[in-house]
Amino acid sequence: MNEMPSIEQAKDMTESKISANKVQVFYGENHAIKDVDIEIQPRSVTSFIGPSGCGKSTFLRTINRMNDTIDICRVEGSIKIDNEDIYDPKVDPVQLRAKVGMVFQKPNPFPKSIYDNIAYGPRIHGLARNKAELDDIVSSSLQKAGLWEEVKNRLDEPGTGMSGGQQQRLCIARAIAVSPEVILMDEPCSALDPIATAKVEELIDELRENYTIVIVTHSMQQAARVSQRTAFFHLGVLVEEGLTEDIFTNPKDKRTQDYITGRFG
Amino acid sequence: MTDATLPPETSAQPAKASRQPKSLYALDDLTRKRNAAEKRFQAYGIAAIAIGLFFLVVLAYAIISQGIPAFSRTVVEVEFTLTQEQYDAAEGTLFKTKAYEEIFINALSGQLTESGIETPVEPDAIERIVGKPGGTIRAFFRENEDQLGQAVRFDLAASSRVDGYMSGRITRDSMTDSRFLMSSDLDVVDNLVEAGVIKTVFNWPFITGADAGVDNAAAAGIGASVIGSFFMMLVVLFLSLPIGVAASIYLEEFAPQNRFTDLIEVNISNLAAVPSIVFGILGLAVFIQFMHLPQSAPLVGGLVLTLMTLPTIIISTRASLKAVPPSIRDAALGVGASKMQATFHHVLPLAMPGILTGTIIGLAQALGETAPLLLIGMVGFVARGYPDGFIAGFTEPNSAMPAQIYTWAARSDLAFTEKAWGGIIVLLIFLLSMNIIAIILRRRFERRW
Repeated sequence: MNEMPSIEQAKDMTESKISANKVQVFYGENHAIKDVDIEIQPRSVTSFIGPSGCGKSTFLRTINRMNDTIDICRVEGSIKIDNEDIYDPKVDPVQLRAKVGMVFQKPNPFPKSIYDNIAYGPRIHGLARNKAELDDIVSSSLQKAGLWEEVKNRLDEPGTGMSGGQQQRLCIARAIAVSPEVILMDEPCSALDPIATAKVEELIDELRENYTIVIVTHSMQQAARVSQRTAFFHLGVLVEEGLTEDIFTNPKDKRTQDYITGRFG
Repeated sequence: MTDATLPPETSAQPAKASRQPKSLYALDDLTRKRNAAEKRFQAYGIAAIAIGLFFLVVLAYAIISQGIPAFSRTVVEVEFTLTQEQYDAAEGTLFKTKAYEEIFINALSGQLTESGIETPVEPDAIERIVGKPGGTIRAFFRENEDQLGQAVRFDLAASSRVDGYMSGRITRDSMTDSRFLMSSDLDVVDNLVEAGVIKTVFNWPFITGADAGVDNAAAAGIGASVIGSFFMMLVVLFLSLPIGVAASIYLEEFAPQNRFTDLIEVNISNLAAVPSIVFGILGLAVFIQFMHLPQSAPLVGGLVLTLMTLPTIIISTRASLKAVPPSIRDAALGVGASKMQATFHHVLPLAMPGILTGTIIGLAQALGETAPLLLIGMVGFVARGYPDGFIAGFTEPNSAMPAQIYTWAARSDLAFTEKAWGGIIVLLIFLLSMNIIAIILRRRFERRW
């Protein structure tokens, strides 16, 4: 997994998918994110690592404006996706979230059937004109999420009845169903066992071909396994960002080195 | 680690030292104390439940034993044939009902001799037993002239004293002779029972009928008030549920958290604790004196009770909205649903069972409420009939079940006390069926998810 990025990176370096510039996030008086500048490459996996409370999840949630739901949260600076500022007043967050999907820490399928879980997004966005098209979207999303073989005979069973790993892959399938360009994952494997984690990681690797993926993780091994680029956050500051190999083998900053060698965090 | 954790450690030290040498089989003092405390607490709990159950049983026994007589009534069953000539003759006299009464008494004594029971049939005694039946008989034949010349069976209501004697409320020992009932009449009654003329039957008129005047307890029924309560509940349900749910959704999901919404929240909680009579006087001032809505109408009663029920529904709806895990909202927003879509497609259905529970509690409270109805003229009002039609059900004067029960309980005739207990049984059955409907609805909602 780690041999490819260097070639790909060189090719894609010219135009980044997401570019953040001097991003500040405040929770009331609390300055949670300070001066974050980052370029995220298209069709690659970028992982955010760092100790708890360092702001990596907060920063992730600014990318699809999920922080808008928190009253006291305020974002400054600019985040551009395809050169469009997503905090521009003209931008409707709902439309943005169709383009930037999200998978959460705890698997959170709707308490509905597996089919309805996947079909909900396409329905509200009007992506299917009839039942046949919707069926296609559901089956292709489940196939892309590697879940089709396991659930194709029980699409009408509740999504909440599946195992944790299956639920998380269902959530990924649900995110894929609205054909986003970017998928944000907030510690997607933290509630899963090693086997389910391996499956999800495999899936992330496959999805890289078509989507830009940003993943927050507490597991440095996971970051090393799945991502091409890694960003290390500490106390709301982006300490270091670079190719995953470089971050783990040859960190430039003392704090990064301390963290990956397990001296703190 | 810090100073804060130090004191408990030091205080725990001596206890630890004293516990150390003991075997696990021997209970030390602290453990014994703890176990005793736990046992005591459980005993308190069981005692509390036992007391609660005891009072429930007492209540149920009191209600059922006192209320059951209201569901039976004593009738005097007489069958006779009125010929055209008798009818014409009776209509020709000056005191027409008197003439019918004579015919009735003749028929009655005829029936008695037929069954071989000897009893003196004095008009006065009969009047004390069945009241004045002439009017009823005359009214029947005037309406159904085609029944003349045919055998017609009359079920005439016995007077409330005779009814009381039959149901055990009045005994020979407890009664005193009065113009209402003489002890000699009881012999007549006994004979009539033996002859099969006086019978106890199920009291349908009590369930379907309307209230009657203070002198006619036997004819009083709760049916009209049930209809009144039903229309009030319709008003309460269709106003307070949508308003309450809309208000809670806005407050819980959309409203910004600021001092103004805090103020609203505090006020809603306070409103739930306002005595209901305050809502009554508010309803009197606003709906009747200012808006000139009809007095004693279920519409006004419903509006007043809506005001009273709203806080209950809002509080419980907000609690059940809060109980929906935020991850569901995140999930919906994450796939690009708008806030409203997330709320209506995902949050509200999950909160629905809780909302229904709150609504039914609010409605049950409203159903049993009497105080506000006092002030808008639904108490003391004699509900003499059914409304004509659906709209009239809201606007025509009527009473409500608790108001009717209160009215009966306040009347001096003991027969009405029995009616009041019976009314309570009907009220409880109404409440129970409302709750059952709510439980079925809740089940259905829960199964869908």
